[in-house]
Amino acid sequence: MSMRTPLKDVRRLGSAKEGADHFWTQRTTGAANLVLSIFAIALAVNLIGADHATFKATIANPLVGLPLLLFIVSAAIHMRLGMQVIIEDYVHGEGAKIVLLMLNTFFAIAIAAASAFSILKLSLGG
Amino acid sequence: MADAKAKRGGEAARPLSPHLQIYSPLINMVMSILHRITGAALYFGTLIVAWVLVAAASGPAHFDFATQVLASWPGQIVLFGYTWALLHHLVGGIRHFIWDTGRGFDLATIDLLSWGSAAVSAAATILIWGYVLLCTGSVAP
Ligand code: HEM
Repeated sequence: MSMRTPLKDVRRLGSAKEGADHFWTQRTTGAANLVLSIFAIALAVNLIGADHATFKATIANPLVGLPLLLFIVSAAIHMRLGMQVIIEDYVHGEGAKIVLLMLNTFFAIAIAAASAFSILKLSLGG
Repeated sequence: MADAKAKRGGEAARPLSPHLQIYSPLINMVMSILHRITGAALYFGTLIVAWVLVAAASGPAHFDFATQVLASWPGQIVLFGYTWALLHHLVGGIRHFIWDTGRGFDLATIDLLSWGSAAVSAAATILIWGYVLLCTGSVAP
């Protein structure tokens, strides 16, 4: 029976050295979300019952469209990091984990791109 | 790594730290789990935000369809849940920021922050929906 522990396999490899950056970005986007979510809720409440023309005109206002754009970008970065931790906590198969982490990134970018494109089209498009 | 893991499983069972079900549920534990659940719910909730924006960018027909779906009963329930999840996670986030400064770790403060954030987010959700229902009678963006 070997007296060695699995520790020998990981000694000297070091950490990925990205943990602190992950932590800080989660906090920074969390702080941004704190302000921008409140704005988004107020905007949604204001837009209840609005027809398409009103909706479009509201988003086209830079003071509305810009914070909404920031909200979407901040939320996408924040939720990607958050879901990454959830996946790493519960998915232990190496293959499944890598696939899910990739899908997570795709999802966050798709949400951000689709929303940003739409906001810009509503604001700038004819 | 994989090799080391397999070996660990095969060898004599060593004592493990007690698992979740051994603890009686405390409010901060419930709130911790809820922070994760609401975070995951918001993750998929952003689909609704993106959908409404894409629908609006696609034109009035698609936009009207989206608002009709959201104004339906199931749509309203989902939006109500989304509002609560966002506010719960938001207020819970403030609690996390306080803990991140290293403060508030004595038991009394932990209980206070946990119950307090649950109450504030529930109250804010009810206030917002009360306001919306009073002023409009229907809810759709
Ligand atoms: C659209 C809005 C948001 C989405 C989609 C979202 C999503 C998430 C997700 C998926 C997690 C991971 C949960 C976990 O690891 O258990 C998370 C964690 C976190 N969120 Fe959010 N969140 C949002 C808004 C906010 C807001 C407004 C705040 C701050 C007031 C905030 C603060 C945090 C913090 C501090 C964490 C880390 C908690 C920890 O380390 O356990 N989030 N979020």
